[in-house]
Amino acid sequence: MSSASSPETTPPGIVTRLQERLPEARLIEPLIIPLGALLASAVIFSVFLLALGKNPVTFFSLIWTGGFSSWFSVQNALQRAAPLILTGLAFAIPARIGLTLLGAEGALVLGGLTAAVVALPLQAAGLPALLILPLMALTAMAVGAVWMGLAGWLKHARGVNETISSLLLTYIAIAIASFLIEGPFRDPGSANKPSTQPLGFDLRVSEMFGTSVHWGLAAGLVLAVLLWLVMTRSSFGFAARIAGGNLRAAQGQGLPVGRLMLACCAIAGGCAGLAGFFEVAAIHGQANASLAAGYGFAGILVAFLARQNPLVVVPVAVLIGALDASGGLVQRRMEMPDATMLVLQAVIFLTLLVSDTFYGRLPFLTYQRGEDRS
Amino acid sequence: MSLVDFLIVFYAMIGGAIRVSTPFLFVALGECLTEKSGRINLGLEGNLIFGAMVAYAVSYTSGSPWLGVLAAGGAGLALGAAHGWICKLPKVNDIAVGLAFMSLGTGLAFFFGKPYIQPSAPRLSSLPMGGWSGNPQVQQALQVNPLFFVGIGLAVVLWWALRNTRAGLTLRMVGDSAASARAMGLNIDLVRLLATAAGGFLAGVGGAFLSLSYPGSWNEGLSSGQGLMAVALVIFARWNPLRCVLAALLFGAAGALGPSLQAVGLNWGYHFFNAAPYILTLGIMVASARSKSAAQEAPRELAIMK
Repeated sequence: MSSASSPETTPPGIVTRLQERLPEARLIEPLIIPLGALLASAVIFSVFLLALGKNPVTFFSLIWTGGFSSWFSVQNALQRAAPLILTGLAFAIPARIGLTLLGAEGALVLGGLTAAVVALPLQAAGLPALLILPLMALTAMAVGAVWMGLAGWLKHARGVNETISSLLLTYIAIAIASFLIEGPFRDPGSANKPSTQPLGFDLRVSEMFGTSVHWGLAAGLVLAVLLWLVMTRSSFGFAARIAGGNLRAAQGQGLPVGRLMLACCAIAGGCAGLAGFFEVAAIHGQANASLAAGYGFAGILVAFLARQNPLVVVPVAVLIGALDASGGLVQRRMEMPDATMLVLQAVIFLTLLVSDTFYGRLPFLTYQRGEDRS
Repeated sequence: MSLVDFLIVFYAMIGGAIRVSTPFLFVALGECLTEKSGRINLGLEGNLIFGAMVAYAVSYTSGSPWLGVLAAGGAGLALGAAHGWICKLPKVNDIAVGLAFMSLGTGLAFFFGKPYIQPSAPRLSSLPMGGWSGNPQVQQALQVNPLFFVGIGLAVVLWWALRNTRAGLTLRMVGDSAASARAMGLNIDLVRLLATAAGGFLAGVGGAFLSLSYPGSWNEGLSSGQGLMAVALVIFARWNPLRCVLAALLFGAAGALGPSLQAVGLNWGYHFFNAAPYILTLGIMVASARSKSAAQEAPRELAIMK
């Protein structure tokens, strides 16, 4: 990775271990460095806007209006945050075991398609909607888990680089989905935009408590907490984090590294598949090309901003959702292309990665020996 | 499928292999150069798209497609240099930075490219290489863009220079053992920065081919993962510029499969045929992973092979 050599870390003695418990650099760093990076990216983007002759103050106030200021815009942001939480988790969980897995978009599309396709025969068989909806969610999760598990299996069994393979699998997934949507599962009524048969209203996931936010948000929240518990408080999570920290050491300890990797990828695929289920059952009501809306890729940014912590994924997803939600407003009021938010997100992503270099090196913090985390 | 149909598909695939392979070739050579220095740039997909857009815009405003090619290279150079500069900071993950550059290049291309989707820019003219044949299909297949020959020439030069020049030796040494390069007093970061910037330049030129020759227009779906496939292609070609040419031709032929089958009216499952390059890449990665000879020829400092 980086070419600079970090100082050898020595095993901490009792004194340093005691000191580590104090709220020192270790605790402040993960808070101020990402916030600093966000601030820096706002400055960089303002320069970009100024160079184009646009007013950055107008831009950021429009983001505030479109994403946070009113109940309507907050609901809009939360609505978009729901799939982002799930796809953020889909990147964060494999990242804990050291895998850079980009396949969430493909798993989301295939999961959504599965949910749309299994629903109608189940309904025809006379099952009640209350039973069909969980079945749709479960099959969507299963398909997603298999799809992303494939990249993990290829990594473990054949040593295939998971970053490239998972992205290729995404393109293949979208091709499969387009083929099925335009071919065998096409609703003959969908002339202009090929889609599967629309779900009946009893098979739609409703909004929560009179808001316009669907239950996918609650599912994302529950899963985030659950996965945080699994990754930090269970022996599975402990083993996964060891394998992510030092693969050789984990193998030496006899940990089932392959199975751990597969499980992490499958969990990720399940999350992405669930996001697809909610996109179909709560938003579109059928599967079509709109499923590949880029939530899978935006989840990568969410996970990096959250430093792969499942709990932090939630607020970050809301933030990115708010950026997304205000995109239309910025587009209309400032006459800027819809790719503006894409550029802003890329700038945030890049500044955030650059900010990694400051861990253990902030000039105004005092560091103890062996605290240099790399 | 009749014999005539088969021949049409065959010619279309040969022509397609030459046309479709050119951007693959440029990105692969660029990535090869970067990886030889021990660093991976996953962001060349971004360079490709941004280069395509810049080339189209410059060609449209200036009227000179070759100026567009040069501008695309410059845009790619800037992105590559930025990648190289960021990756020399300690503790920065070069794979993740590549992902960020992929989205930055794409974002910038879509941002500035909106006004250029409609107008048509002057394209690079092709050389008719099929004059010897009376068959119009052969003549059509052999409309070869000069950039294709530039790419092949470049591959030969790179292959020769990596073996026989001081610069080539320096590059390989930095890529194989940073420690010994440092002991020789070489500036590793500088070598890698230059290699990444040069790789970015080549990927930008590859993008210019996309928008100025084949398919020959600018739109947002122009490159769907070709830059990324080229990264896998370099692993398949085992960091040898000459093998990159062969691999690029193979990928080009796979990419031409979908359109040529559609040309003879075979529309069933064209999504799958269009996905052929992705499936081929995946298959090749599965087949060549853990291969002993690949592991031996890989630059030792390359994170992706560890």
